[in-house]
Amino acid sequence: MAKVLHPAPRYASNDGVLDTLSSALGDMVLDTREEFGEIMLSVKRASIEDALRLLRDEHDYQQLMEIAGADYPGRPERFEIVYMLLSLTKNHRVMLKVTAAEDTPVPTVTTLWPVAGWLEREVFDMYGVTFEGNTDLRRILTDYGFEGHPFRKDFPLTGYTELRYSEEEKRVVYEPVELAQDFRSFDFTSPWEGADYVLPGDEKADAPPVDEPKTTGSPKQTGAGAKADAKADEKVSAGSPAEKDTGAADPGAPETTEDQPDREASKGDVHDTKGATKPEDKA
Amino acid sequence: MSDTGLAFEKSPTTEGEEISNYTINFGPQHPAAHGVLRMVMELDGEIIERIDPHVGLLHRGTEKLIEYKTYLQALPYFDRLDYCSPLAQEYSYVLAIEKLLNVEVPERGQYLRVLFAELTRICNHMLNIGAHVMDVGAMTPNLWVFELREDCMNFFERASGARMHAAWFRPGGVHQDVPLKLLTDIGDWVDGRLPELFGDAMSLVTDNRIFKQRNVDIAVVSKEDAVKWGFSGPMIRAAGIPWDLRKSQPYDVYDRMDFEIPVGTNSDCYDRFMVRVKEVYESAKIIKQCLAEMPEGPVASSDRKVAPPKRAEMKQSMEALIHHFKLYTEGFHVPAGEVYVATESPKGEFGVYLVSDGSNKPYRCKIRPTAFSHLQAMDFMSRGHMLPDATAILGAIDVVFGECDR
Repeated sequence: MAKVLHPAPRYASNDGVLDTLSSALGDMVLDTREEFGEIMLSVKRASIEDALRLLRDEHDYQQLMEIAGADYPGRPERFEIVYMLLSLTKNHRVMLKVTAAEDTPVPTVTTLWPVAGWLEREVFDMYGVTFEGNTDLRRILTDYGFEGHPFRKDFPLTGYTELRYSEEEKRVVYEPVELAQDFRSFDFTSPWEGADYVLPGDEKADAPPVDEPKTTGSPKQTGAGAKADAKADEKVSAGSPAEKDTGAADPGAPETTEDQPDREASKGDVHDTKGATKPEDKA
Repeated sequence: MSDTGLAFEKSPTTEGEEISNYTINFGPQHPAAHGVLRMVMELDGEIIERIDPHVGLLHRGTEKLIEYKTYLQALPYFDRLDYCSPLAQEYSYVLAIEKLLNVEVPERGQYLRVLFAELTRICNHMLNIGAHVMDVGAMTPNLWVFELREDCMNFFERASGARMHAAWFRPGGVHQDVPLKLLTDIGDWVDGRLPELFGDAMSLVTDNRIFKQRNVDIAVVSKEDAVKWGFSGPMIRAAGIPWDLRKSQPYDVYDRMDFEIPVGTNSDCYDRFMVRVKEVYESAKIIKQCLAEMPEGPVASSDRKVAPPKRAEMKQSMEALIHHFKLYTEGFHVPAGEVYVATESPKGEFGVYLVSDGSNKPYRCKIRPTAFSHLQAMDFMSRGHMLPDATAILGAIDVVFGECDR
């Protein structure tokens, strides 16, 4: 691992922790990762409660600090739910991760930590992930009567409804969003990295290979050879093809258009700015 | 029904049927709610049976907005979360970016960040201590400590140009160096005005009989409960657990700082208050130490792919100009990965879970607010207490809705 240069929080060493935890969790673990000094364990969705209980009771991760959701629409199970655990006694942090889809509930961990109640409500509110066994899975941050799950990647940043105070009705009214100006998302990424612009003609780059590739096997096929050389030696005497006399009359230059009549001089003193520039004359 | 011996529970309208519980709505526009908090309270007489806090009235979708901004453009959103301690929120975010980039921060930059984070802590505690005292009936101390808060604001303004929303911490260091006069003024303030005025104000409160009657033995939380409910910061320290991220998981130059962690013994509202009072003095100690030890040198990383060059340099060097242009249009790219970075904000553990997909914008930025878990415990802390105690409990939680609702 690269040398640590950054001044981010330094807690107890990760040495051996990943092996200990993954062997303790056994076949509940799907994947483990240690990157940027963070330990991340992906576990089976059905066994998240058991895994967290094991870590809390056997491995001294006493506190559940946070449950974060994330949305990856391209995946079959699009949501990730990440549990951040903190050990007060070992001074260490680990993260556990499960995946879920809209219709696959995650077992609740309110049975282990009461704090999970609101954290799960928030993930439900923002992403629509349901938690099986959470008896109070109401919306928490969004408005009363809100529809949809705003942190999903396919939910627009502006939302669908806006509200304003209506002077006529003397109350706050909800209306569909109307933008005075389109939402502008500037793409400043360098075209040589990252950005994927499709320019006209780009589709040719990905054209499928042809059965018989076009090749120029022999010099003959290129059109070169004695015949071409002889042609090049021909005397150019007939002049260029354009100069051939066809017998038609010379079209000549186009006729001049009629002269525009001169504009009459404007009457009145509209152009006389003397009065404006020399106020003393007026006085 | 007119006989005077009628029990309180007996309703005058329903023949002898006993009505014991009733529900009231506390907030969302209540001066002691510290913002827009609505609490549906079920009361038995004046005893609180159940509280259902409704949060989210200040939800602005900060985390979603951040996904549409570059890393640098997203920074000012953090000032606007907990608007009482703006720099402390930026701290977690810049450290998370630095962790992903593995970028080095020069020593002077680290000292300046610690110095201003502690100044922010004092600034935040001034507000909370003042508001808490006022919630339980005292007026004068609040006016006095607000003077000190105003001083802190002036220091922020002199460093960054903004009183509250500083946007001064940047990935790789801080935005600009501070003038020497500012540092000497902070030194004078920490030695003179702060202890004098704060000491005066606290002499009116800490031993005050009324203040103690309103706070001692209110909302006692055991150590086990504090851990289970995800408490952090002064809330967990008041429960007697000496847990402070500045000490146990030091970031920047906190490991060189010499300070104590005040802990409570009784875990009630009075302890929470006193932990904050003591923390102000500890913060003052850290500030003094920063001022004494701060070296000369650059304040931001010299990695031009992260931190912009100086303006003077841009007048001379084409490359510097290009770097500046690229940083403020495209921004920097952060390697793909995910980190969770938590710092000790004045209110507790403020965490940022940052997911990068390798582009110039965060893929996901989950903010762990401090107030969310504390406020969730409101129900269990207030159960069995009187209605007016709810304001004392709320004051001792130190909740700010910009942060709670995001």
